[in-house]
Amino acid sequence: MQPFLSLAHISKTYAGVRALEDVSLTVYPGEIHCLVGENGSGKSTLIKIIAGVVQPDAGQIVINGKAMHHLHPIDAIREGIQVIYQDFSLFPNLTVAENIAINHELSRQKRWVNWQEVREIARQAMRKINVQLDLDATVGEIPVADKQLVAICRALLQNAKLIIMDEATTALTEREIRALFEVIHNVQREGVAVLFVSHKLDEVLEIADKALIIRNGRVVLDADARELDRSKLTYYMTGRNIEEAIFEWQGDPNSPPLLQVRHLTSLGSFEDVSFDLHPGEILGVTGLLGSGRTELALALFGAIPIDSGEIVLEGQPVVLRSIQDAVAHGIGYVPEDRLTEGLFLERSISDNILARILDALKGAGRLLDRASMKATTQEWIARLSIKPPHAELPAKSLSGGNQQRVVLAKWLASKPRLLILNGPTMGVDVGSKMELHEIIKQLAREGLGVIIISDDIPELMQTCNRILLMRRGRIVERFERRQITEMDLTQRLVAV
Amino acid sequence: MLVKKLFSKQETLVAITLFGLCLVIGWINPVFWTAGNWFDLARSATVTGIFAIGVLIVLISGGIDVSFTAIAVFAMYTTTVLLKDAQYTGGMWLFFVIAALIGLGLGLINAFFIAQFRLPTLIVTLGTQSMFRGFLLFVIGSKIIRDIPPGMADYSKAFLFTVTDDRGVTVGLHSAVLWLVAVAILAFVILRYTMLGRSIYALGGSREAAERAGFNITRTQVFIYAFVGVLAGIAGMIYGGLNRQANAQDIVGQELDVIAATVLGGASIMGGRGSVIGTLLGVMLVVVMSNSLVLMGIPATWQRVVVGVIIIIGTAVPALRTLRRQRRSVNVEPEMLSPVEGRT
Repeated sequence: MQPFLSLAHISKTYAGVRALEDVSLTVYPGEIHCLVGENGSGKSTLIKIIAGVVQPDAGQIVINGKAMHHLHPIDAIREGIQVIYQDFSLFPNLTVAENIAINHELSRQKRWVNWQEVREIARQAMRKINVQLDLDATVGEIPVADKQLVAICRALLQNAKLIIMDEATTALTEREIRALFEVIHNVQREGVAVLFVSHKLDEVLEIADKALIIRNGRVVLDADARELDRSKLTYYMTGRNIEEAIFEWQGDPNSPPLLQVRHLTSLGSFEDVSFDLHPGEILGVTGLLGSGRTELALALFGAIPIDSGEIVLEGQPVVLRSIQDAVAHGIGYVPEDRLTEGLFLERSISDNILARILDALKGAGRLLDRASMKATTQEWIARLSIKPPHAELPAKSLSGGNQQRVVLAKWLASKPRLLILNGPTMGVDVGSKMELHEIIKQLAREGLGVIIISDDIPELMQTCNRILLMRRGRIVERFERRQITEMDLTQRLVAV
Repeated sequence: MLVKKLFSKQETLVAITLFGLCLVIGWINPVFWTAGNWFDLARSATVTGIFAIGVLIVLISGGIDVSFTAIAVFAMYTTTVLLKDAQYTGGMWLFFVIAALIGLGLGLINAFFIAQFRLPTLIVTLGTQSMFRGFLLFVIGSKIIRDIPPGMADYSKAFLFTVTDDRGVTVGLHSAVLWLVAVAILAFVILRYTMLGRSIYALGGSREAAERAGFNITRTQVFIYAFVGVLAGIAGMIYGGLNRQANAQDIVGQELDVIAATVLGGASIMGGRGSVIGTLLGVMLVVVMSNSLVLMGIPATWQRVVVGVIIIIGTAVPALRTLRRQRRSVNVEPEMLSPVEGRT
């Protein structure tokens, strides 16, 4: 069988930095190929080259037996290559229907827009993957999971022969990932190849026929997925063997709790939630999207109002009417989406770390004390090993894992008593993820109370000593981590 | 649901405000409802309206253009000088053709810098505004030309029809308003029913996504700035014709009022949003406001203040509404507590 796509000896250098070196990849029709690598390994560059967005410095691209000398995005699309980027590349100002149909219309080189046809095309695409979305909704106002569906519908429309999914599951819950895999298998049956870019090992092992692992711009392994297992994948991705230790809480369960939550209710979000958290404990809260897990976290951070119930912090009942109240009581919150809610992307690492504690850095004459600003920044860069350790670099230039460290440092610098982490390792690659886990565990050992909101079950199993499962706004089950297995918890999470 | 959707639109709000304003002004001074006043309003709205349509297209694409007034006065003055020197005695059409061509040329200069070098549109057009105006005053001339060619002089009386009211005063609706109608329809069709128009919205929504989708951004931008140039040339010529003179010092300085009227009509300064209907309503609101303050007996010096207040309120209301909607969507997801499987 003729391969659909074959790349041979591709190299690319950006401003003197080698992004890819001698990378070769062959994709056959109907094959699910996983592209695996840490952030900064060159995955994104490779995708951009296949999509025609970036031109390689050297190497050949052959699509459908045709050698492509200068691949433009529109050529790639005409040959049947569809990329679903991590940010989905949607138009936030246009409707669902137009977003689905616009590329299709464009590649047919249409000059006029027939709105009846646009809606019909969108409807057909949704039928293909069996989803229902409001065609007239503005894409900027719909939830992330729906945006993903819009992006998939759009790609499927284009007579795609190869669909490239870049970190497609980052913003999805367990159940939505199942649904997506179902769709991918349907796509595969149509003879369409899928290049699935991921750093979530379980996903790779579950869905891939073949896996290409790259590290620092070079191919380290191109193998049949059946020959791989988790530790092998980790080893090839990171170049080291990582064994993560499970967190054991050493404290006394009869000691006075740091946080007591009693019958907490926020109408429409969650009801009758009660739990305790001791200093040094790491408590996991899991549940599907819409289970109320994020709302619970936001309520504990004063960001959404509470209708009834009580929050007791170190024996004192507290009222959290605003985020300022929560911060004043020493509660920190690391949001799910660090890019829009957690960081000043354009500002330096230093500005980000110090943003919360500027008042404490006032020196003589109420002006900021440069020396202590610098010292504080250096301290946190060193403690959380932020790389590269240059305080003046903008936050957006860092990898996901290091960005997350900056967000953590921002909160830790203000010395909180309680830290709530919502999806702490979302979009972070495996090596960095484990290092983040180590940091969180170390913080807990130093006496910080930590609540982790996540639906990444392996993550919860490795970091938490207790786990609460939420469903439809209520805590339905509570586990000591020792009492439950990963498999068991996953099944309970997805069970209706 | 439909009513709610309609009321959440800026267009509807502006239309209601405009209607209310008309009622109030008409109640204070019945002269407001005379044909003569409305013909005056139409005349005042024509030039601003054509400018605003151009501004709308630029705003939708995520850009901003402050050079169109300079293009307008450049085209108008240069055309007048050219045809006066040529002792042209024919009709107004040739004035429009030449002014439009000059506008096109100057618009292409903007397009070149913006599309080729990807420079910020505000910076480019600030620069070209000064450049066009300076070139006009220094090279072509700065004296007011009152002795205009006959074709242009006659144009000021080119009424579509005239009405004689009970006091025996004859008033007419000037034909220039047809330009506004034609431009509005053309822009509406382009924006709504052509891929070119959709590429303008796409560009304003997300440049990166538009590039990835395979839109030819350069072509779209060249079209936008060339089109605005042509519109500016025509509007400038109308302005000169209506005023029966060519003054090289005119028009420049109005650009912010025009941009404000467009934003008032629902166009987003951040790009991606805006409609022809909304823009026309925004222009009408500003025109009715400033023309009618006189009818209401408010001193002319206060007009600027009132127009400013209207613009701030008009743009603040939708901004506040967006803010509230965002807060709501953070706090309460509509699908909360409902089973997720409904969607998949």
